[in-house]
Amino acid sequence: MKQKIIVVGNGMVGYKFCEKLIAKDTTKKFELIVFGEEIRPAYDRVHLSEYFAGKTIEDLTMAPASWYAENGINLILSDPIVDIDREAKTVRSHHGLLESYDYLVMATGSGAFVPPIPGVEKDGVFVYRTIEDLDLMQTHAKKATKGAVIGGGLLGLEAAKALLDLGLQEVHVIEFAPRLMPRQIDEAGSKVLQAKLETLGLQIHLNKNTQEIVGNGIIEAMQFADGSRLEVDMLVISAGIKPRDEVAKVAGLEVGIRGGIVVDNALQTSDPNIFAIGECALAHQMIYGLVAPGYEMAEVVATKILIGVDVASFGDAFIQEPHAQTIVFENSAKGIYKRINISNDGKYLLGGILVGDAEQYNMLLQNTKNKTILPPDPEDLMLGARGGAEDGASGVMALPDEALICSCEAITKGAIYHEIIENKVTTLDGIKKCTKAGTGCGGCVPMVKDLINETMKSQGVFVRNILCEHFDYTRQELFDLVKIKNFRTYDDVLDHLGKGDGCEVCKPAVASILASLWNEMILEKGNATVQDSNDRFLANIQKNGTYSVVPRIPGGEITPEKLIVIGQVALKYNLYTKITGGQRIDLFGAHVSDLPDIWEELVNAGFESGHAYGKSLRTVKSCVGSTWCRFGVQDSVSFAIEVEERYRGLRSPHKLKSAVSGCTRECAEAQSKDFGIIATEKGWNLYVCGNGGVKPRHAELLATDIDSETCLRYIDRFLMFYIKTAEPLTRTAPWLDKMEGGINYLKSVIIDDVLGMGEQWDAEMNLLVEAYKCEWKEVVDSPELRKRFTHFVNAPKVKDPNARFEPMREMVKAAEWK
Amino acid sequence: MVLETTTTWHMACYTDDIPENGGACALIEGEQIAIYNFSRRGEWYATQNLCPHRQQMALSRGMIGSTGVEAEPKVACPFHKKTFSLKSGECLSGDDYVIKTYPIKIENGQIFIGME
Repeated sequence: MKQKIIVVGNGMVGYKFCEKLIAKDTTKKFELIVFGEEIRPAYDRVHLSEYFAGKTIEDLTMAPASWYAENGINLILSDPIVDIDREAKTVRSHHGLLESYDYLVMATGSGAFVPPIPGVEKDGVFVYRTIEDLDLMQTHAKKATKGAVIGGGLLGLEAAKALLDLGLQEVHVIEFAPRLMPRQIDEAGSKVLQAKLETLGLQIHLNKNTQEIVGNGIIEAMQFADGSRLEVDMLVISAGIKPRDEVAKVAGLEVGIRGGIVVDNALQTSDPNIFAIGECALAHQMIYGLVAPGYEMAEVVATKILIGVDVASFGDAFIQEPHAQTIVFENSAKGIYKRINISNDGKYLLGGILVGDAEQYNMLLQNTKNKTILPPDPEDLMLGARGGAEDGASGVMALPDEALICSCEAITKGAIYHEIIENKVTTLDGIKKCTKAGTGCGGCVPMVKDLINETMKSQGVFVRNILCEHFDYTRQELFDLVKIKNFRTYDDVLDHLGKGDGCEVCKPAVASILASLWNEMILEKGNATVQDSNDRFLANIQKNGTYSVVPRIPGGEITPEKLIVIGQVALKYNLYTKITGGQRIDLFGAHVSDLPDIWEELVNAGFESGHAYGKSLRTVKSCVGSTWCRFGVQDSVSFAIEVEERYRGLRSPHKLKSAVSGCTRECAEAQSKDFGIIATEKGWNLYVCGNGGVKPRHAELLATDIDSETCLRYIDRFLMFYIKTAEPLTRTAPWLDKMEGGINYLKSVIIDDVLGMGEQWDAEMNLLVEAYKCEWKEVVDSPELRKRFTHFVNAPKVKDPNARFEPMREMVKAAEWK
Repeated sequence: MVLETTTTWHMACYTDDIPENGGACALIEGEQIAIYNFSRRGEWYATQNLCPHRQQMALSRGMIGSTGVEAEPKVACPFHKKTFSLKSGECLSGDDYVIKTYPIKIENGQIFIGME
């Protein structure tokens, strides 16, 4: 005979319980009945405000009513349970249904707490809890202009953002405490958050006690205890939540002083046949499983999505000296505040606060929960990796097997580890499919990736970083093999060294190797379709499917005549024109079929391809140096032009940028480049392996006071070494990070020639330099190649009607995509 | 009642209009159809040209290849490298998108696309 479980409440938690039970109850031992108060099945309350941003009820619904039916669950909606008879083990619903149970699961959740302020009953005063509340707010907002929210916690801020989205002109947040989110963050963090929110258009009032809501039937103003007054025509009360424990209390179950059904670690109430889960339950200790951690996670994500600011706290966020040591990082310009609290012996993380950047949240939370022994510099955990090959990913390996990686789905490190090792699942998509980790809020995805990579490394599974499923070689091995065997086409390489039909990973990687080795026209010998799309069309694809055109302007020096030609071309083809960060000019919005004509005009005026589309040398920036500048000590422009023309068209594992400064003031910013040159009284200083971008890096000094010839020779060798040994799509800085011995080893290879490769590399680079031809000139001169630059093969004159533009200032921009 | 669907074959272009082991787009009855010449396997495929991820007419410019033990033929959108099966149209990189595929046949060097 089946045992009967009755679930009281059909919110997110109640639904999740049903989902888990169905998954575990493979022998169909249980019969399940669910009573819900609202008229619709459970929906995602965490993302409720997205309802205003266009999400439908269907989007938010956890599972449609049909799901319950298909799984044999009897779902009864609009009919809350009003009475529990624990002796008879029965429940009675509002409509009078009487049902018996073997086990009862209370999932009644929580309701909005409305403080007893005179006037809360007036029209225009709302709570923010259900879809019905939202519908009412939406209707009222049409005739409102000034809104306020009581409560500066997460939900209050979310409601305030919703009021902005509803089009209210002024939105005020009223908080009783002296800071925002008082339960989660400290005063310094609150200040950073407040500054951020004010830039979003919210007006924040702290230390405000609302005394009365004024108005004749409908809200007109708020009166505060300090005598001040605020005119508003709409108010949302979000002063907290209270557990829905009324029915449980009447039934004689133990409840907390401030509400909540008391449960033990097994979520069991004072009656062994009754359990309570979610926000109606009051647990003395931390609960793993079901949804409590899920909510924690969801809160972090929610602040990011809904308010646009990361806010997170974990563990004991407020503990202070002398009970703990605190480490604080603040960058008020960027709106970032971080604090971690560690035990006095420096061994354990106790808790902390993150505002403005919560990327490390999950890692910190797991370190706290699992009492992981901290590294000697615990601030690295809070700040993320700051160079050096060891840190960053090492954190996840230090966690114990039972550490929860995905809190939403309650997936442990051990479970993921098992899939990687035993079932050889080594991709993120694979782990998502077999464990469901990372499919909820997605916050754990970076950790899952780290775990996959680090586990594979530790197992030696992928220590040979093979290219993809079609090639069992590393890029470096493939590079040498292609060279020795003298292969010139992708098909040759695949036929002899690979298997299958290739893919979007190995095709551009092999194409890059071929180009680095032979410097032949990349669109010939059938190699065109193995190029990444930008290389295939020798231009960068932009948001609406049109392309950008970037002619090379070596060293940033350009004659007035050439400048006029660029202007004329831009006018003729209606191109958006912008000066780039690399001292040249980018022309946007070119239809693919116009590219050969545009380039014909540019080539005729003496321009060459700028290779902005390629993994190759981009620009060599310069300052004017000794030719004009009163401080300059060398002719940096002439040297920049020489360097740019030497390496133009050179294909490499990733893009390459360079700069030459005419004196130590460094106006060309050479120390942020893959290779940068700074003039000295005696010659040049050469810096390598810097970059801007996502993870900026200062370049490191390779050689000092060298002459121009030596400088070029060192760059030749540096580039050949990089091109031959770097993984695909790895820039010079991370390449150096992975090199054993670091910059000192690099110096010994380039300057002392410890590998004895110097002369060979010099010769190889000279061959590449001699083989250079402008790709665009070759296309312009070849009717066969020009033919490929059409959008419709059967209507070459027709342009893509989906390539849409919008006016912007005096030019155009790409239409916004969805 | 059974609804009958009839497939009409439209001449799209010539086989040498489509680069080997790559794709190109044809305009048929106002629709943008991506046609792929999988010459390595001697196969031809046709799908919608629109990538459902960001609504861009770009699939015909994507790289083609195959994946898995079954060597499922696929195309990668040039914008964000979402990959789609050329056979079923299913998204292979973890999203729920499905793109439309079309029957294709070659006669005397001409490519025909079947549309309902």
